[in-house]
Amino acid sequence: MSADEELIEKDILGFLAKHEHKELLRFVIVGSVDDGKSTLIGRLLFELKAVYEDQLEAVRKATTMVGVPIDFSLITDGLEAEREQGITIDVAYRYFTTEKRKFIVADTPGHVQYTRNMVTGASTADVAVILIDARLGVLEQSRRHAYLASLLGIPHLLVAVNKMDLVGYDQKRFEAIREEFSGFCKGLSFKDVTFIPVSALLGENVVQRGEKVTWYKGPTVLGFLETVPIAEDQNLTDFRYPVQYVLRPNLNYRGFAGQIASGVVRKGDEVMILPSGKTSRVKAIDTFAGERDEAFAPESVTLRLEHEIDCSRGDMIVLPGNRPRTSRSFDAHVVWLHEKPLDPEKSYFLKHTTQTIRMQVSKVHNRIELTTLEEVPADTLQLNEIGLLSITTHRPTYHDAYQQNRVTGAFVIVDSLSNATVGAGMILPPEEDEQDIEAALREVRAGSGLENKTQVSPRERRERLGQTGVTVWLSGLPGSGKVNVAYVLERKLFDLGHAAHVLAPEGDPLSAIAVATRGLTDAGIITICALPAKTRAERALVQDRVGKERFVEVFVDTDPTISQERRPDADHSGFEPPDQADVTVNLDQLRVERAVNAIIDLLAKRGWVDLA
Amino acid sequence: MVEQKESVLGKHALTHLRQLEAESIHIIREVAAEFEKPVMLYSIGKDSATLVRLAQKAFHPAPLPFPLMHVDTTWKFRDMYKFRDTFTKANNLNLIVHTNQEGKRDGVNPFDQGSEKFTTIMKTQALVQALTQYGFDAAFGGARRDEEKSRAKERIYSFRDKFQQWDPKNQRPELWSLYNGKINRGESIRVFPMSNWTELDIWQYIYLEDIPLVPLYYAAERPVVERNGSLIMVDDERMRLHPGEKPQLKSIRFRTLGDYPLSGAIESEAKTVPEIIKEMLLTRHSERQGRLIDHDQAASMERKKREGYF
Ligand SMILES: Nc1nc2c(ncn2[C@@H]2O[C@H](COP(=O)(O)OP(=O)(O)O)[C@@H](O)[C@H]2O)c(=O)[nH]1
Repeated sequence: MSADEELIEKDILGFLAKHEHKELLRFVIVGSVDDGKSTLIGRLLFELKAVYEDQLEAVRKATTMVGVPIDFSLITDGLEAEREQGITIDVAYRYFTTEKRKFIVADTPGHVQYTRNMVTGASTADVAVILIDARLGVLEQSRRHAYLASLLGIPHLLVAVNKMDLVGYDQKRFEAIREEFSGFCKGLSFKDVTFIPVSALLGENVVQRGEKVTWYKGPTVLGFLETVPIAEDQNLTDFRYPVQYVLRPNLNYRGFAGQIASGVVRKGDEVMILPSGKTSRVKAIDTFAGERDEAFAPESVTLRLEHEIDCSRGDMIVLPGNRPRTSRSFDAHVVWLHEKPLDPEKSYFLKHTTQTIRMQVSKVHNRIELTTLEEVPADTLQLNEIGLLSITTHRPTYHDAYQQNRVTGAFVIVDSLSNATVGAGMILPPEEDEQDIEAALREVRAGSGLENKTQVSPRERRERLGQTGVTVWLSGLPGSGKVNVAYVLERKLFDLGHAAHVLAPEGDPLSAIAVATRGLTDAGIITICALPAKTRAERALVQDRVGKERFVEVFVDTDPTISQERRPDADHSGFEPPDQADVTVNLDQLRVERAVNAIIDLLAKRGWVDLA
Repeated sequence: MVEQKESVLGKHALTHLRQLEAESIHIIREVAAEFEKPVMLYSIGKDSATLVRLAQKAFHPAPLPFPLMHVDTTWKFRDMYKFRDTFTKANNLNLIVHTNQEGKRDGVNPFDQGSEKFTTIMKTQALVQALTQYGFDAAFGGARRDEEKSRAKERIYSFRDKFQQWDPKNQRPELWSLYNGKINRGESIRVFPMSNWTELDIWQYIYLEDIPLVPLYYAAERPVVERNGSLIMVDDERMRLHPGEKPQLKSIRFRTLGDYPLSGAIESEAKTVPEIIKEMLLTRHSERQGRLIDHDQAASMERKKREGYF
């Protein structure tokens, strides 16, 4: 019977008093497939009696191994069924408690969708536990896991060198791994890195101290998790209070409810509200249990201010002498979480603290190649990729660098069409150190930070319309039958499920026509132009405006005599036939339907039209 | 003025319970701020009691900005109805009670229809009915991840389509405390602000905060019959006794409360919260054992979820 069980038996009130004062530690456990992750978690849960008897019974029955009481890896294996159902495998959370701490374990599967899962589990973790198979040593994955853990700002790293039993508890092997891996970790941002030789299967140095590894004097895995100091990890220096909800139960009470992101606030403190820049004093810190003199992160409280100041959800209350950066743009590392890649031209939603605002990517700087951890050129991000982006937002955010503040430095990106969470970002420190708050607020008040350009990207239009805009330019003499072809073509395209539109005005200046053609093509329409532009130079001008790659020229090559007969009123002089028409149709020989089919075949061949 | 209880953790460190509390309050406020019409599902049990307390804390001194809703199968323990009515009245809570009227009219009951079918009609369907009828776009629930292995991956915001169906492929990653609450018209979410609490946390919190509970959680002499290895309380005259069954008085209590003919009691002498915690820590059986609906189909959780039970 453990000391705790004895206490429970004899003095439950004493036990409760003791357990009231426990800390909460969140950790994420990572490793490649078969490194022993499930076994390690199962071991911990089993030895700490965090597995219920009825569950344990099922595991016992399913155990086929000999030499161990149960197959520990089965305890956490809740994912099997889901794998079969084809459900996205993602982070599972487990809970256990000891007399020192309560633990929340984020268990992230090692294979499919790895980065996305690990990043999710790591986002709130205090400790990362990385497993290394003692036989295999430091692998590319081990480095990647450590890199991600560091990127996500996890302060403490525990490296469990597992399966020591399979290398005869060889100290040299352990030391070699430690040497190699701690060298690599020096370049990362952990506060501390600890190595422990472990056999998850046999329970050596997991909860119980190992008998076989006599040469090892450090803590066990649990011992480390119970004692690693985490209180200092909380940022208690920079007071940041994102206003979440305004409470107005009656005319005399106006409270700003929120969770303190970082720092400490005291009654009477002078505070500043962003973005207004107005200052006031904290009149009261309210909680359900009564008023408080001070409150600190991560408490959820309600602040009342001395003055009637405009302040609402999305605003941030800070101390005037210690402000976050207030700006409509920042650089950030972004992890892409969705199958649909980043569309740098599209506008997304960004959720940062309590604000949800429009954002756009102003630049994709590079991508981090996860096998080599090197920066490589990129113009988008695919699922599980990480890149450095410059982001512009519609309204300002009040942010800090992620490595200084894991709350005000973090954001997620939401697709404004599907509502899916598609990206997770960590803000980088700005180039300038000190921000002139007056100038920043002036800029904020001056107007939108987004360039006044379309927030709908070509890709989005393409997906909405199921087609891409293209200009079909019909060249030919007056009376050649251009306009007839145009309208028959328009109808035929429409019947095929496409959006097409004919432009056939007469008498407008060519520049106006070029603008209209370009506009319609941008909108994603198949734009059919039947216009009197006789010279090559004129047509080249329009082609130039619209863009060569989405301009198709059709030569309606009807016999000049016939054209003349059809339109005796028109001026037939000065027509320059195209040098290199994409397709030529001859209306004195072909019926108009055949001519239209020839054009459609060409459009289909080039991918503008879908015949299926 | 209350001083923060001096903790052995140092001046500016929160205990695990206060951290869980702060996180839950944050979630409740987020939903109230971002959704048009939230509702809090209220099942009268200990998890609901804790959830309501957390909501009161979130909006104090203002009243809750959303109603509570009890989906009533009409087969709860009498003590539960009594507690529900006094509790909501004393706390000025706006309570909606919804019952599947067709089911009631057809006399659906746990004896004739069996637990599975009864639960589907009177609980699952009733809930979907109510959410649709009132047009709620967010429903708070007291479920926890530690309740059951298959819940370990459940999100805090769980998305439902227009038909209240849970689509496993359409759940969103949740990072930091940034919850994506964007939905389209007609869609909704279930929210579980206590996802990270364990059964022990709940009991410790109830103890610490002195949260009132239905007396059935505490041991007392009650009339029971033993059926398929479970102790079923004979709570009213609707209970159908099998031939030869005779109610006996036993000192029992319930770990979870639901429909009385479907709730298994345990023999116990624990009359206070600390005694309950003591019993719980010294016998390791998962809470769900007492829920007969789970005995029917151990692995049907996922399906239930899709149907909208959670
Ligand atoms: N000999 C030995 N085998 C281990 C140890 N830890 C795990 N294993 C075995 O390695 C295999 C993979 O372990 P598992 O926990 O399922 O790996 P996961 O994929 O990382 O979850 C299983 O057959 C385990 O029994 C260990 O410390 N020693």
